[in-house]
Amino acid sequence: MAWRLLKIGLSKNYPEPRMFTPPARLAPTYDAVIIGAGGHGLATAYYLARDHGLRNIAVIEKGYIGSGNTGRNTTIIRSNYLTPEGVRFYDRSIQLWRDLGDDLDINLFYSTRGHYTLAHTDATLRTMRWRAEVNKHLGVDSELVDAAAVARALPMMDMSCAGHAPILGALYHAPGAVARHDAVAWGYGRAADQRGVEIHQQTEVLGIETTGGEVSGVRTSRGHIATRCVISAVAGYTPRILDMVGLQSPIYIHPLQAMVSEPLKRWLDPIIVSGSLHVYVSQTARGELVMGASLDPRELHNTRSAIEFATSLSTHMLELFPFLAGVKVNRQWAGLADMTPDFAPVMGLTPVKGFYLDAGWGTWGFKATPVAGKTMAATVASGRNDPLITSFDWWRFERFELTGEKGAASVGH
Amino acid sequence: MKLIPCPLNGLRPADEFVYGGEVRHMPDPATSSDAQWARYVFNRSGIAGVKHEWWCHIASGFWFILERDTLTDEVRSSQHVAQWHSTVHV
Ligand SMILES: Cc1cc2nc3c(=O)[nH]c(=O)nc-3n(C[C@H](O)[C@H](O)[C@H](O)COP(=O)(O)OP(=O)(O)OC[C@H]3O[C@@H](n4cnc5c(N)ncnc54)[C@H](O)[C@@H]3O)c2cc1C
Repeated sequence: MAWRLLKIGLSKNYPEPRMFTPPARLAPTYDAVIIGAGGHGLATAYYLARDHGLRNIAVIEKGYIGSGNTGRNTTIIRSNYLTPEGVRFYDRSIQLWRDLGDDLDINLFYSTRGHYTLAHTDATLRTMRWRAEVNKHLGVDSELVDAAAVARALPMMDMSCAGHAPILGALYHAPGAVARHDAVAWGYGRAADQRGVEIHQQTEVLGIETTGGEVSGVRTSRGHIATRCVISAVAGYTPRILDMVGLQSPIYIHPLQAMVSEPLKRWLDPIIVSGSLHVYVSQTARGELVMGASLDPRELHNTRSAIEFATSLSTHMLELFPFLAGVKVNRQWAGLADMTPDFAPVMGLTPVKGFYLDAGWGTWGFKATPVAGKTMAATVASGRNDPLITSFDWWRFERFELTGEKGAASVGH
Repeated sequence: MKLIPCPLNGLRPADEFVYGGEVRHMPDPATSSDAQWARYVFNRSGIAGVKHEWWCHIASGFWFILERDTLTDEVRSSQHVAQWHSTVHV
Protein backbone atom coordinates (compact mmCIF):
# COMPACT_ATOMS: atom_id res chain seq x y z
CA MET A 1 0.00 0.00 0.00
CA ALA A 2 2.66 2.50 1.09
CA TRP A 3 4.80 1.52 -1.91
CA ARG A 4 1.91 2.08 -4.30
CA LEU A 5 1.16 5.46 -2.77
CA LEU A 6 4.80 6.46 -3.15
CA LYS A 7 4.72 5.41 -6.79
CA ILE A 8 1.59 7.49 -7.40
CA GLY A 9 3.17 10.42 -5.58
CA LEU A 10 6.32 10.32 -7.67
CA SER A 11 4.83 9.67 -11.10
CA LYS A 12 4.35 12.64 -13.42
CA ASN A 13 1.02 11.49 -14.77
CA TYR A 14 -1.60 10.27 -12.34
CA PRO A 15 -1.51 6.51 -12.97
CA GLU A 16 -5.08 5.70 -11.88
CA PRO A 17 -8.29 6.43 -13.74
CA ARG A 18 -9.95 9.62 -12.45
CA MET A 19 -13.54 9.68 -11.13
CA PHE A 20 -14.25 12.85 -13.14
CA THR A 21 -12.78 14.59 -16.16
CA PRO A 22 -11.79 18.09 -15.08
CA PRO A 23 -13.10 20.20 -18.00
CA ALA A 24 -10.47 22.67 -19.18
CA ARG A 25 -12.60 25.81 -19.37
CA LEU A 26 -16.16 26.98 -19.32
CA ALA A 27 -18.00 26.94 -22.63
CA PRO A 28 -19.67 30.24 -23.62
CA THR A 29 -23.11 28.65 -23.49
CA TYR A 30 -24.94 25.68 -21.94
CA ASP A 31 -28.49 24.35 -22.25
CA ALA A 32 -28.66 24.23 -18.46
CA VAL A 33 -26.49 25.48 -15.61
CA ILE A 34 -26.83 23.80 -12.24
CA ILE A 35 -25.45 25.74 -9.26
CA GLY A 36 -24.04 23.46 -6.54
CA ALA A 37 -22.31 20.08 -6.85
CA GLY A 38 -23.91 18.56 -3.80
CA GLY A 39 -25.93 15.37 -4.11
CA HIS A 40 -29.00 17.26 -5.34
CA GLY A 41 -27.26 19.23 -8.10
CA LEU A 42 -25.34 16.20 -9.35
CA ALA A 43 -28.40 13.92 -9.23
CA THR A 44 -30.40 16.49 -11.19
CA ALA A 45 -27.62 16.64 -13.80
CA TYR A 46 -27.49 12.84 -14.00
CA TYR A 47 -31.23 12.34 -14.53
CA LEU A 48 -31.40 15.25 -17.01
CA ALA A 49 -28.71 13.51 -19.06
CA ARG A 50 -29.91 9.92 -18.57
CA ASP A 51 -33.69 10.28 -18.73
CA HIS A 52 -34.19 13.43 -20.77
CA GLY A 53 -31.29 13.36 -23.22
CA LEU A 54 -29.87 16.73 -22.20
CA ARG A 55 -26.09 16.70 -22.60
CA ASN A 56 -24.87 20.27 -22.69
CA ILE A 57 -25.07 20.83 -18.91
CA ALA A 58 -22.62 22.52 -16.56
CA VAL A 59 -22.61 21.96 -12.81
CA ILE A 60 -20.91 24.93 -11.14
CA GLU A 61 -19.43 24.39 -7.68
CA LYS A 62 -17.60 27.02 -5.66
CA GLY A 63 -15.72 24.47 -3.52
CA TYR A 64 -15.38 20.81 -4.33
CA ILE A 65 -17.92 18.05 -4.96
CA GLY A 66 -19.88 17.23 -1.81
CA SER A 67 -18.31 20.02 0.27
CA GLY A 68 -21.68 21.37 1.40
CA ASN A 69 -24.28 19.63 3.51
CA THR A 70 -24.00 16.44 1.45
CA GLY A 71 -20.57 15.80 2.95
CA ARG A 72 -21.60 16.97 6.43
CA ASN A 73 -24.84 15.15 7.06
CA THR A 74 -25.59 12.21 9.32
CA THR A 75 -27.18 10.20 6.47
CA ILE A 76 -30.46 9.10 8.00
CA ILE A 77 -32.83 7.81 5.32
CA ARG A 78 -36.50 7.20 6.12
CA SER A 79 -39.98 7.86 4.79
CA ASN A 80 -42.17 7.90 7.93
CA TYR A 81 -43.26 11.50 7.45
CA LEU A 82 -46.55 13.08 8.49
CA THR A 83 -48.26 14.46 5.38
CA PRO A 84 -49.37 12.10 2.58
CA GLU A 85 -47.43 14.29 0.10
CA GLY A 86 -44.26 13.95 2.16
CA VAL A 87 -44.65 10.21 2.71
CA ARG A 88 -45.21 9.54 -1.01
CA PHE A 89 -42.22 11.65 -1.98
CA TYR A 90 -39.72 10.19 0.50
CA ASP A 91 -41.00 6.66 -0.11
CA ARG A 92 -40.22 7.09 -3.81
CA SER A 93 -36.73 8.12 -2.73
CA ILE A 94 -36.30 4.90 -0.72
CA GLN A 95 -37.34 2.88 -3.77
CA LEU A 96 -34.65 4.67 -5.78
CA TRP A 97 -32.03 4.26 -3.02
CA ARG A 98 -32.46 0.48 -3.03
CA ASP A 99 -30.83 -0.08 -6.43
CA LEU A 100 -28.90 3.18 -6.66
CA GLY A 101 -25.57 1.47 -5.97
CA ASP A 102 -26.09 -0.81 -9.01
CA ASP A 103 -27.33 2.07 -11.09
CA LEU A 104 -24.28 4.24 -10.33
CA ASP A 105 -21.90 1.25 -10.09
CA ILE A 106 -20.51 2.34 -6.75
CA ASN A 107 -20.74 0.95 -3.22
CA LEU A 108 -22.97 3.35 -1.30
CA PHE A 109 -22.82 1.28 1.91
CA TYR A 110 -26.61 1.51 1.95
CA SER A 111 -27.55 -0.21 5.16
CA THR A 112 -31.13 -0.82 6.31
CA ARG A 113 -31.12 -0.61 10.10
CA GLY A 114 -34.61 0.15 11.36
CA HIS A 115 -35.39 3.52 12.94
CA TYR A 116 -36.83 4.19 16.41
CA THR A 117 -38.26 7.60 17.29
CA LEU A 118 -38.70 7.53 21.07
CA ALA A 119 -41.75 8.97 22.80
CA HIS A 120 -41.38 10.40 26.30
CA THR A 121 -44.80 12.07 26.53
CA ASP A 122 -48.41 11.27 25.65
CA ALA A 123 -48.46 14.15 23.17
CA THR A 124 -45.56 12.61 21.23
CA LEU A 125 -47.28 9.22 21.26
CA ARG A 126 -50.36 10.81 19.74
CA THR A 127 -48.43 12.35 16.83
CA MET A 128 -46.66 9.04 16.32
CA ARG A 129 -49.91 7.12 16.06
CA TRP A 130 -51.08 9.68 13.52
CA ARG A 131 -47.84 9.27 11.56
CA ALA A 132 -48.02 5.47 11.72
CA GLU A 133 -51.59 5.50 10.36
CA VAL A 134 -50.75 7.89 7.49
CA ASN A 135 -47.67 5.79 6.71
CA LYS A 136 -49.53 2.47 6.71
CA HIS A 137 -52.31 3.89 4.59
CA LEU A 138 -49.69 4.69 1.94
CA GLY A 139 -48.02 1.30 2.21
CA VAL A 140 -45.03 2.42 4.27
CA ASP A 141 -43.81 0.05 6.97
CA SER A 142 -44.32 2.01 10.20
CA GLU A 143 -45.84 1.14 13.56
CA LEU A 144 -46.24 2.33 17.10
CA VAL A 145 -44.50 -0.01 19.58
CA ASP A 146 -44.83 -0.01 23.38
CA ALA A 147 -42.15 0.47 26.01
CA ALA A 148 -41.70 -3.27 26.52
CA ALA A 149 -40.94 -3.79 22.83
CA VAL A 150 -38.44 -0.91 22.88
CA ALA A 151 -36.73 -2.36 25.96
CA ARG A 152 -36.49 -5.78 24.28
CA ALA A 153 -34.96 -4.33 21.12
CA LEU A 154 -32.56 -1.99 22.94
CA PRO A 155 -31.55 -3.69 26.18
CA MET A 156 -28.54 -1.37 26.59
CA MET A 157 -30.73 1.75 26.78
CA ASP A 158 -31.79 3.33 30.09
CA MET A 159 -35.59 3.29 29.66
CA SER A 160 -35.99 5.90 32.41
CA CYS A 161 -33.44 8.28 30.78
CA ALA A 162 -31.75 8.91 34.14
CA GLY A 163 -35.20 9.32 35.67
CA HIS A 164 -35.88 12.53 33.71
CA ALA A 165 -37.93 11.35 30.78
CA PRO A 166 -39.13 7.73 30.90
CA ILE A 167 -39.68 6.17 27.46
CA LEU A 168 -43.36 5.37 26.86
CA GLY A 169 -43.07 3.84 23.42
CA ALA A 170 -41.68 4.52 19.97
CA LEU A 171 -42.47 4.88 16.31
CA TYR A 172 -40.66 2.02 14.58
CA HIS A 173 -39.82 2.29 10.89
CA ALA A 174 -38.14 -0.87 9.56
CA PRO A 175 -36.89 0.66 6.26
CA GLY A 176 -34.84 3.33 8.13
CA ALA A 177 -31.32 3.28 6.68
CA VAL A 178 -27.94 4.99 6.50
CA ALA A 179 -25.59 5.35 3.53
CA ARG A 180 -22.16 6.73 2.73
CA HIS A 181 -22.71 10.39 1.88
CA ASP A 182 -19.49 11.06 -0.07
CA ALA A 183 -20.07 8.06 -2.30
CA VAL A 184 -23.51 9.42 -3.21
CA ALA A 185 -22.00 12.67 -4.49
CA TRP A 186 -19.11 10.88 -6.24
CA GLY A 187 -21.40 8.25 -7.75
CA TYR A 188 -23.85 10.77 -9.20
CA GLY A 189 -20.93 12.98 -10.28
CA ARG A 190 -19.13 10.20 -12.12
CA ALA A 191 -22.32 8.92 -13.76
CA ALA A 192 -23.22 12.45 -14.91
CA ASP A 193 -19.67 13.03 -16.12
CA GLN A 194 -19.80 9.80 -18.17
CA ARG A 195 -22.91 11.14 -19.88
CA GLY A 196 -21.19 14.34 -20.92
CA VAL A 197 -22.13 16.66 -18.05
CA GLU A 198 -19.34 19.11 -17.20
CA ILE A 199 -18.56 19.57 -13.50
CA HIS A 200 -16.68 22.79 -12.80
CA GLN A 201 -15.29 22.81 -9.29
CA GLN A 202 -13.60 25.86 -7.72
CA THR A 203 -15.98 28.06 -9.72
CA GLU A 204 -18.35 30.40 -7.94
CA VAL A 205 -21.58 31.80 -9.31
CA LEU A 206 -21.46 35.57 -8.69
CA GLY A 207 -24.57 36.72 -10.47
CA ILE A 208 -27.53 35.64 -12.58
CA GLU A 209 -28.66 37.78 -15.48
CA THR A 210 -32.27 38.15 -16.52
CA THR A 211 -33.80 39.85 -19.53
CA GLY A 212 -37.50 40.69 -19.42
CA GLY A 213 -38.07 38.43 -16.40
CA GLU A 214 -36.28 35.47 -18.03
CA VAL A 215 -32.91 33.99 -17.23
CA SER A 216 -30.31 34.87 -19.87
CA GLY A 217 -26.92 34.22 -18.31
CA VAL A 218 -24.71 33.46 -15.34
CA ARG A 219 -21.65 35.35 -14.14
CA THR A 220 -19.01 33.14 -12.54
CA SER A 221 -15.55 33.60 -11.06
CA ARG A 222 -14.20 31.99 -14.26
CA GLY A 223 -16.19 33.87 -16.84
CA HIS A 224 -19.62 34.44 -18.32
CA ILE A 225 -22.09 31.79 -19.46
CA ALA A 226 -25.10 32.37 -21.68
CA THR A 227 -28.01 30.12 -20.74
CA ARG A 228 -31.80 30.19 -20.49
CA CYS A 229 -32.01 27.62 -17.72
CA VAL A 230 -30.52 27.84 -14.22
CA ILE A 231 -31.19 25.34 -11.44
CA SER A 232 -30.16 26.38 -7.95
CA ALA A 233 -29.29 23.47 -5.62
CA VAL A 234 -27.18 25.27 -3.03
CA ALA A 235 -28.91 24.40 0.29
CA GLY A 236 -27.50 26.84 2.90
CA TYR A 237 -26.59 29.44 0.25
CA THR A 238 -30.09 29.63 -1.23
CA PRO A 239 -30.99 33.16 0.00
CA ARG A 240 -27.82 34.54 -1.63
CA ILE A 241 -28.69 32.96 -4.97
CA LEU A 242 -32.34 34.10 -4.72
CA ASP A 243 -31.06 37.62 -4.09
CA MET A 244 -29.26 37.47 -7.46
CA VAL A 245 -32.63 37.13 -9.22
CA GLY A 246 -34.40 39.58 -6.90
CA LEU A 247 -36.52 37.02 -5.03
CA GLN A 248 -37.33 36.81 -1.33
CA SER A 249 -38.50 33.58 0.24
CA PRO A 250 -39.39 32.10 3.62
CA ILE A 251 -36.03 30.25 3.70
CA TYR A 252 -33.79 31.15 6.64
CA ILE A 253 -30.41 29.78 7.67
CA HIS A 254 -29.40 28.22 10.97
CA PRO A 255 -26.34 26.02 11.52
CA LEU A 256 -26.84 22.33 12.25
CA GLN A 257 -24.03 20.62 14.08
CA ALA A 258 -23.05 16.98 14.48
CA MET A 259 -20.26 14.95 16.03
CA VAL A 260 -18.72 11.50 15.87
CA SER A 261 -17.16 9.28 18.54
CA GLU A 262 -14.10 7.09 18.41
CA PRO A 263 -14.85 3.67 16.83
CA LEU A 264 -16.43 1.09 19.14
CA LYS A 265 -17.18 -2.57 18.78
CA ARG A 266 -20.53 -2.94 17.07
CA TRP A 267 -23.35 -2.66 19.62
CA LEU A 268 -26.04 -0.46 18.04
CA ASP A 269 -27.88 -1.68 14.99
CA PRO A 270 -30.91 0.61 14.61
CA ILE A 271 -31.02 4.39 14.36
CA ILE A 272 -32.29 6.03 17.57
CA VAL A 273 -33.98 9.43 17.68
CA SER A 274 -35.41 11.31 20.64
CA GLY A 275 -37.03 14.63 19.92
CA SER A 276 -37.56 15.43 23.60
CA LEU A 277 -33.91 14.83 24.48
CA HIS A 278 -32.68 16.51 21.28
CA VAL A 279 -30.51 13.60 20.27
CA TYR A 280 -30.18 11.08 17.49
CA VAL A 281 -27.53 8.44 16.95
CA SER A 282 -26.47 5.61 14.67
CA GLN A 283 -23.35 3.50 14.47
CA THR A 284 -21.34 3.50 11.24
CA ALA A 285 -19.86 0.45 9.55
CA ARG A 286 -16.52 1.58 11.05
CA GLY A 287 -18.02 1.52 14.54
CA GLU A 288 -18.16 5.25 15.20
CA LEU A 289 -21.27 6.75 16.76
CA VAL A 290 -22.63 9.52 14.56
CA MET A 291 -24.63 11.89 16.75
CA GLY A 292 -26.67 14.98 16.22
CA ALA A 293 -29.20 17.25 17.87
CA SER A 294 -31.56 20.01 16.84
CA LEU A 295 -30.71 23.22 15.03
CA ASP A 296 -28.59 25.96 16.54
CA PRO A 297 -31.03 28.43 18.08
CA ARG A 298 -30.22 31.55 16.02
CA GLU A 299 -29.63 32.58 12.42
CA LEU A 300 -25.98 32.25 11.45
CA HIS A 301 -24.19 31.77 8.13
CA ASN A 302 -21.12 30.21 9.62
CA THR A 303 -19.95 26.62 10.10
CA ARG A 304 -18.16 27.12 13.41
CA SER A 305 -18.47 24.41 16.07
CA ALA A 306 -19.66 25.31 19.56
CA ILE A 307 -18.73 23.69 22.87
CA GLU A 308 -22.33 24.16 24.13
CA PHE A 309 -23.46 21.76 21.46
CA ALA A 310 -20.96 19.03 22.38
CA THR A 311 -21.69 19.24 26.11
CA SER A 312 -25.47 19.28 25.79
CA LEU A 313 -25.53 16.47 23.24
CA SER A 314 -23.17 14.37 25.38
CA THR A 315 -25.35 14.92 28.44
CA HIS A 316 -28.42 13.66 26.59
CA MET A 317 -26.51 10.74 25.05
CA LEU A 318 -25.54 9.66 28.58
CA GLU A 319 -29.15 9.83 29.73
CA LEU A 320 -29.95 7.22 27.09
CA PHE A 321 -26.70 5.24 27.22
CA PRO A 322 -24.89 5.78 30.55
CA PHE A 323 -22.25 3.17 29.71
CA LEU A 324 -20.76 5.52 27.07
CA ALA A 325 -19.34 7.81 29.78
CA GLY A 326 -15.72 6.93 28.97
CA VAL A 327 -16.06 7.19 25.19
CA LYS A 328 -14.24 10.00 23.41
CA VAL A 329 -15.61 12.38 20.81
CA ASN A 330 -13.38 12.45 17.74
CA ARG A 331 -14.76 15.24 15.60
CA GLN A 332 -17.42 17.92 15.53
CA TRP A 333 -18.62 20.01 12.59
CA ALA A 334 -21.53 22.02 11.21
CA GLY A 335 -23.47 22.69 8.02
CA LEU A 336 -25.84 25.51 7.03
CA ALA A 337 -29.43 24.32 7.08
CA ASP A 338 -31.88 26.07 4.73
CA MET A 339 -35.02 25.99 6.87
CA THR A 340 -38.64 26.53 5.86
CA PRO A 341 -41.62 27.41 8.09
CA ASP A 342 -43.37 24.09 7.34
CA PHE A 343 -40.29 21.82 7.29
CA ALA A 344 -41.00 20.88 3.68
CA PRO A 345 -38.76 21.80 0.72
CA VAL A 346 -39.35 24.48 -1.91
CA MET A 347 -38.99 22.96 -5.37
CA GLY A 348 -39.55 23.60 -9.05
CA LEU A 349 -40.65 26.65 -11.01
CA THR A 350 -40.23 30.18 -9.62
CA PRO A 351 -41.57 33.61 -10.63
CA VAL A 352 -38.44 34.05 -12.78
CA LYS A 353 -38.78 32.15 -16.05
CA GLY A 354 -35.94 29.67 -16.57
CA PHE A 355 -34.91 29.82 -12.90
CA TYR A 356 -35.65 26.59 -11.03
CA LEU A 357 -35.21 26.06 -7.31
CA ASP A 358 -34.30 22.97 -5.32
CA ALA A 359 -34.04 24.22 -1.74
CA GLY A 360 -35.50 24.26 1.73
CA TRP A 361 -33.80 20.97 2.53
CA GLY A 362 -32.93 22.06 6.04
CA THR A 363 -31.93 19.14 8.20
CA TRP A 364 -33.68 16.44 6.15
CA GLY A 365 -32.60 16.61 2.50
CA PHE A 366 -29.98 13.90 2.15
CA LYS A 367 -32.57 11.12 2.02
CA ALA A 368 -34.32 13.01 -0.77
CA THR A 369 -31.23 13.20 -3.02
CA PRO A 370 -32.40 10.61 -5.59
CA VAL A 371 -36.04 11.68 -5.75
CA ALA A 372 -35.15 15.39 -5.78
CA GLY A 373 -32.78 14.80 -8.71
CA LYS A 374 -35.39 12.80 -10.56
CA THR A 375 -38.30 15.20 -10.03
CA MET A 376 -36.21 18.33 -10.66
CA ALA A 377 -34.96 16.83 -13.93
CA ALA A 378 -38.53 15.98 -14.98
CA THR A 379 -39.67 19.48 -14.02
CA VAL A 380 -36.93 21.20 -16.02
CA ALA A 381 -37.44 18.92 -19.02
CA SER A 382 -41.22 19.47 -19.17
CA GLY A 383 -41.38 23.04 -17.87
CA ARG A 384 -44.06 21.91 -15.39
CA ASN A 385 -43.71 20.90 -11.74
CA ASP A 386 -43.54 17.12 -11.45
CA PRO A 387 -46.74 15.74 -9.81
CA LEU A 388 -44.70 14.46 -6.83
CA ILE A 389 -43.55 18.00 -5.91
CA THR A 390 -46.68 20.12 -6.40
CA SER A 391 -47.20 20.45 -2.62
CA PHE A 392 -43.65 21.77 -2.30
CA ASP A 393 -44.10 24.57 -4.83
CA TRP A 394 -42.90 28.16 -4.48
CA TRP A 395 -46.42 29.68 -4.32
CA ARG A 396 -47.83 27.58 -1.46
CA PHE A 397 -47.05 30.29 1.10
CA GLU A 398 -49.06 33.01 -0.61
CA ARG A 399 -51.89 30.48 -0.97
CA PHE A 400 -51.55 29.83 2.79
CA GLU A 401 -51.35 26.12 1.92
CA LEU A 402 -48.40 24.86 3.91
CA THR A 403 -47.21 21.24 3.90
CA GLY A 404 -46.75 20.82 7.64
CA GLU A 405 -43.96 18.34 8.31
CA LYS A 406 -42.64 19.81 11.54
CA GLY A 407 -44.06 16.94 13.61
CA ALA A 408 -41.99 14.49 11.58
CA ALA A 409 -38.87 16.43 10.69
CA SER A 410 -37.76 18.76 13.44
CA VAL A 411 -35.17 16.52 15.11
CA GLY A 412 -35.50 13.25 13.25
CA HIS A 413 -33.90 14.50 10.01
CA MET B 1 -19.92 29.80 26.15
CA LYS B 2 -20.92 32.74 24.02
CA LEU B 3 -21.97 35.77 26.07
CA ILE B 4 -24.84 38.07 25.09
CA PRO B 5 -25.03 41.63 26.41
CA CYS B 6 -28.44 42.34 27.91
CA PRO B 7 -29.35 45.99 28.61
CA LEU B 8 -30.93 44.93 31.92
CA ASN B 9 -28.71 42.10 33.20
CA GLY B 10 -25.33 42.75 31.59
CA LEU B 11 -23.23 40.05 29.92
CA ARG B 12 -24.91 36.65 30.36
CA PRO B 13 -24.32 33.17 28.83
CA ALA B 14 -26.17 32.67 25.52
CA ASP B 15 -28.26 29.78 26.83
CA GLU B 16 -30.08 32.16 29.21
CA PHE B 17 -31.71 33.78 26.18
CA VAL B 18 -34.17 32.99 23.44
CA TYR B 19 -33.83 34.40 19.96
CA GLY B 20 -37.00 35.97 18.59
CA GLY B 21 -36.03 36.66 14.99
CA GLU B 22 -35.37 39.83 13.05
CA VAL B 23 -37.29 43.02 13.86
CA ARG B 24 -39.70 43.53 10.97
CA HIS B 25 -42.27 46.10 10.03
CA MET B 26 -45.85 44.79 10.14
CA PRO B 27 -48.10 46.08 7.39
CA ASP B 28 -51.55 47.22 8.44
CA PRO B 29 -53.65 44.00 8.41
CA ALA B 30 -56.80 46.00 7.61
CA THR B 31 -55.48 47.48 4.39
CA SER B 32 -52.81 45.03 3.15
CA SER B 33 -53.65 42.55 0.40
CA ASP B 34 -53.46 38.77 1.02
CA ALA B 35 -50.24 38.63 -0.95
CA GLN B 36 -48.64 41.44 1.10
CA TRP B 37 -49.77 39.78 4.29
CA ALA B 38 -48.37 36.39 3.19
CA ARG B 39 -45.05 38.05 2.39
CA TYR B 40 -44.99 39.57 5.87
CA VAL B 41 -45.93 36.32 7.59
CA PHE B 42 -43.56 33.98 5.75
CA ASN B 43 -40.74 35.78 3.93
CA ARG B 44 -37.47 36.57 5.65
CA SER B 45 -34.40 38.54 4.67
CA GLY B 46 -32.44 35.31 4.36
CA ILE B 47 -29.03 36.63 3.36
CA ALA B 48 -26.36 37.25 5.96
CA GLY B 49 -25.85 40.76 7.27
CA VAL B 50 -26.03 43.04 10.27
CA LYS B 51 -29.58 42.69 11.59
CA HIS B 52 -31.65 44.02 14.47
CA GLU B 53 -33.21 41.13 16.34
CA TRP B 54 -35.60 40.42 19.17
CA TRP B 55 -33.97 38.62 22.10
CA CYS B 56 -35.39 37.70 25.49
CA HIS B 57 -33.55 37.04 28.74
CA ILE B 58 -35.62 34.10 29.97
CA ALA B 59 -35.16 34.32 33.73
CA SER B 60 -36.08 37.99 33.86
CA GLY B 61 -38.62 37.83 31.03
CA PHE B 62 -36.94 40.87 29.48
CA TRP B 63 -37.20 41.51 25.73
CA PHE B 64 -34.66 43.77 24.03
CA ILE B 65 -33.13 44.55 20.64
CA LEU B 66 -29.75 43.09 19.70
CA GLU B 67 -27.80 44.21 16.65
CA ARG B 68 -25.81 41.25 15.36
CA ASP B 69 -23.79 40.29 12.28
CA THR B 70 -25.28 36.97 11.12
CA LEU B 71 -22.13 36.09 9.18
CA THR B 72 -19.67 36.38 12.06
CA ASP B 73 -22.03 36.22 15.09
CA GLU B 74 -20.52 39.50 16.40
CA VAL B 75 -22.83 41.63 18.51
CA ARG B 76 -22.77 45.33 17.55
CA SER B 77 -25.18 46.83 20.06
CA SER B 78 -27.86 45.96 22.57
CA GLN B 79 -30.68 48.29 23.54
CA HIS B 80 -34.01 48.70 25.32
CA VAL B 81 -37.05 48.41 23.07
CA ALA B 82 -38.06 51.99 23.95
CA GLN B 83 -34.64 53.27 22.97
CA TRP B 84 -34.87 51.40 19.66
CA HIS B 85 -38.28 52.92 18.95
CA SER B 86 -37.05 56.42 19.68
CA THR B 87 -34.19 56.12 17.18
CA VAL B 88 -35.95 54.21 14.43
CA HIS B 89 -39.18 55.36 12.92
CA VAL B 90 -40.86 52.45 11.28
C1 LIG C 1 -25.09 18.19 10.40
C2 LIG C 1 -26.15 17.83 9.39
C3 LIG C 1 -26.83 16.62 9.52
C4 LIG C 1 -27.81 16.26 8.60
N1 LIG C 1 -28.41 15.04 8.72
C5 LIG C 1 -29.28 14.61 7.80
C6 LIG C 1 -29.82 13.29 7.87
O1 LIG C 1 -29.50 12.52 8.78
N2 LIG C 1 -30.70 12.90 6.90
C7 LIG C 1 -31.08 13.74 5.88
O2 LIG C 1 -31.88 13.33 5.06
N3 LIG C 1 -30.57 15.00 5.78
C8 LIG C 1 -29.68 15.45 6.71
N4 LIG C 1 -29.15 16.73 6.62
C9 LIG C 1 -29.58 17.61 5.53
C10 LIG C 1 -28.82 17.30 4.23
O3 LIG C 1 -27.44 17.23 4.49
C11 LIG C 1 -29.05 18.36 3.18
O4 LIG C 1 -30.41 18.71 3.09
C12 LIG C 1 -28.62 17.87 1.79
O5 LIG C 1 -27.36 17.26 1.87
C13 LIG C 1 -28.62 19.00 0.80
O6 LIG C 1 -27.95 18.60 -0.37
P1 LIG C 1 -27.71 19.61 -1.54
O7 LIG C 1 -27.05 18.87 -2.61
O8 LIG C 1 -29.00 20.29 -1.83
O9 LIG C 1 -26.78 20.75 -0.92
P2 LIG C 1 -25.21 20.78 -0.55
O10 LIG C 1 -24.65 19.42 -0.39
O11 LIG C 1 -25.05 21.72 0.58
O12 LIG C 1 -24.58 21.37 -1.87
C14 LIG C 1 -24.68 22.73 -2.22
C15 LIG C 1 -23.42 23.11 -2.93
O13 LIG C 1 -23.58 24.40 -3.51
C16 LIG C 1 -22.34 25.04 -3.50
N5 LIG C 1 -22.55 26.50 -3.69
C17 LIG C 1 -23.15 27.36 -2.84
N6 LIG C 1 -23.16 28.61 -3.35
C18 LIG C 1 -22.54 28.53 -4.56
C19 LIG C 1 -22.23 29.49 -5.57
N7 LIG C 1 -22.56 30.79 -5.45
N8 LIG C 1 -21.59 29.06 -6.69
C20 LIG C 1 -21.25 27.75 -6.84
N9 LIG C 1 -21.52 26.81 -5.92
C21 LIG C 1 -22.16 27.19 -4.78
C22 LIG C 1 -21.76 24.68 -2.14
O14 LIG C 1 -20.36 24.82 -2.12
C23 LIG C 1 -22.21 23.22 -1.99
O15 LIG C 1 -21.24 22.29 -2.38
C24 LIG C 1 -28.16 17.13 7.53
C25 LIG C 1 -27.50 18.37 7.42
C26 LIG C 1 -26.50 18.72 8.33
C27 LIG C 1 -25.79 20.03 8.16
